[in-house]
Amino acid sequence: MSTTTRVLTPEMIAAIQAFIPRYPNKQAVTLPALHIVNEALRYVPLEAVIEIAELLELAPAQVQDTLSFYGYFKQDQPHGKTRAWVCRSISCALRGGEEVLERLCQRAGVKPGETTPDGRLTVEFAECLGACEYAPCMLATHHGGQAELHKNLTPEQMESFVNRLPQ
Amino acid sequence: MTKFEPVLLANVGKQDSHKLSVYEAAGGYEALKGVLREKQPVDVIELVKASNLRGRGGAGFPCGLKWTFLPKDHPGPIYMCVNADESEPGTFNNRILMEDDPHQVIEGTIISCYATRATTAYIYLRVEYPLCYERLEGAIAECYQAGYLGRNILGTNFSLDIYVHRGAAAYICGEETGLIESLEGKRAWPRIKPPFPAIEGVFRKPTVVNNIETMACVTHIARRGADWFKSIGVPSDPNNPRDPGSYGPKLYCLSGHVNKPGCYEAPLGITTRQLIDEFGGGVWKGRKAKAAIPGGISMGLLAESEFDLPLDFNGPGKAGCLGLGTAAVVVLDETVSMVDFLHNSCRFFAHESCGQCTPCREGTHWALSMLERIRAGKGRLRDLDLLLEIGDTIGIIPGTTICGLSDGAAWPIKNAIRKWRGEFEDYIKRTNPRGYMETNPVPALHQIAGAH
Ligand SMILES: Cc1cc2nc3c(=O)[nH]c(=O)nc-3n(C[C@H](O)[C@H](O)[C@H](O)COP(=O)(O)O)c2cc1C
Ligand code: SF4
Ligand code: FES
Repeated sequence: MSTTTRVLTPEMIAAIQAFIPRYPNKQAVTLPALHIVNEALRYVPLEAVIEIAELLELAPAQVQDTLSFYGYFKQDQPHGKTRAWVCRSISCALRGGEEVLERLCQRAGVKPGETTPDGRLTVEFAECLGACEYAPCMLATHHGGQAELHKNLTPEQMESFVNRLPQ
Repeated sequence: MTKFEPVLLANVGKQDSHKLSVYEAAGGYEALKGVLREKQPVDVIELVKASNLRGRGGAGFPCGLKWTFLPKDHPGPIYMCVNADESEPGTFNNRILMEDDPHQVIEGTIISCYATRATTAYIYLRVEYPLCYERLEGAIAECYQAGYLGRNILGTNFSLDIYVHRGAAAYICGEETGLIESLEGKRAWPRIKPPFPAIEGVFRKPTVVNNIETMACVTHIARRGADWFKSIGVPSDPNNPRDPGSYGPKLYCLSGHVNKPGCYEAPLGITTRQLIDEFGGGVWKGRKAKAAIPGGISMGLLAESEFDLPLDFNGPGKAGCLGLGTAAVVVLDETVSMVDFLHNSCRFFAHESCGQCTPCREGTHWALSMLERIRAGKGRLRDLDLLLEIGDTIGIIPGTTICGLSDGAAWPIKNAIRKWRGEFEDYIKRTNPRGYMETNPVPALHQIAGAH
């Protein structure tokens, strides 16, 4: 397979290569590589899969197989600049997590897994974020920025969350 | 109960508790120094065996015993995988340890690697824990600087590298062989056992998989001795030859309908009621409790009348639950509908099944679609028996599946329906009084336009 335009930048390649000495084989670098590309591009397009496979001396199908198993990685289009994971598991659900998720979806006009047309927000449901003492909670990751854990949420807080999203 | 001093959480809440200087000021890494100076690896294994430490990741397998399954005189490398995937709903004790006292975990990991002759340790961390990632990376860097990691640690001929490996949001990565596959760069499909990881684990080499809290316990056993550890908790039951006792301090995560949710440290053997009343500030809104999950959603349910059973490795089993699990207690108040609870639980497991084994893949989804239908007012009384049948067939106990996820999926079904059957029946009778069932939405052949 050949690609005309390369999607992996020299920085991404260097970051991926830095992981190679940590493992006895290159295939183990698959998840780190997917994370590096996903963090940079907000998705892992098929071209990137092919280039990762080249770097790690794998068949593209091996990388693609791994990628597609983990719902965390997107392939069709980049996720929003902010990715908001609202927990719907039991401790959060007991304290209103499903209502929080519903309000966020309503306010953003998307279903979990979808991105707003302006590309600012992807709403996701999460299965237990491991922050059950703050139920209901949401993890928001901002592209190129910090991740924030939003604690003890109410549906109303979702309004201001969406209003305050970074451009 | 005599006054119990927290050990695992002793540093938590101190200013900069995640930093090496703070950890060392409280005696950190002295245990490692002592071990490297005075003990052979086998001595450390003996020490951990003598403490009767049981793994804190969910199954409660004796830690020292697991280490002895590694082949003797293996040329290496031997790997250590520290399980920081922590995705069991209700559970967050590992997160607290990694965020607020990562060195405690790392010291235990270094000691455990010395004992097992592992030369590389991977901490498999779920991606949803960004602060843990930062704190672990920071703490590991400090350790390399201070000579606690790297080549010839503290001037001995023991060398060790620790790397953090981030997952990608899948519960099944917490299962030890799913974790191994994921670490190798593949989909997290659990492996058929045997071979067990101790014989053939990650990169086909002997591997130990241990939980984060287990590693923290090793630190304190090395620091204070096996007798100290055994002085806490519940001794083995003389009438049960298979009970190795439940010793040591334990982190209990309390969440759901309590006034003060949080992670609390107590001796193994505390009861659900004590936990709720003494730590959790009681049930919220002045209500009464109806039920509690004893240790993560996969363990099943305790009814309020069972709240005086000890939360040790044996206690929840006496009330028909799977076990203590992660000791993550989720409290349900009297207003919670068991139909809603079970729907939430079934949805989780259907979403997280990796799909390899037919009973698990089909059974979890079947149970979920039944719960959706019941909730939507289209349930029938016989669904309850069918659900129980699914619960009894998808588990690993009959040996039909590769890993324990399906068994975990079955316990909430079995417990909820057996213990609250009346409530399910009432719901079905109320919402679907005539037992109405939608006719098959697929039209019969003669109804299809154009067919004769
Ligand atoms: C579906 C499933 C998920 C699991 N998730 C975790 C987990 O997130 N963390 C963990 O330590 N153990 C988890 N376990 C248990 C591990 O397989 C393994 O027993 C444990 O990590 C061993 O460590 P320990 O002996 O120190 O407890 C899980 C098991 C199953 C079946
Ligand atoms: S029991 Fe379920 S989760 Fe476990 S390997 Fe089989 S299909 Fe996958
Ligand atoms: S159940 Fe929501 S964070 Fe655990």
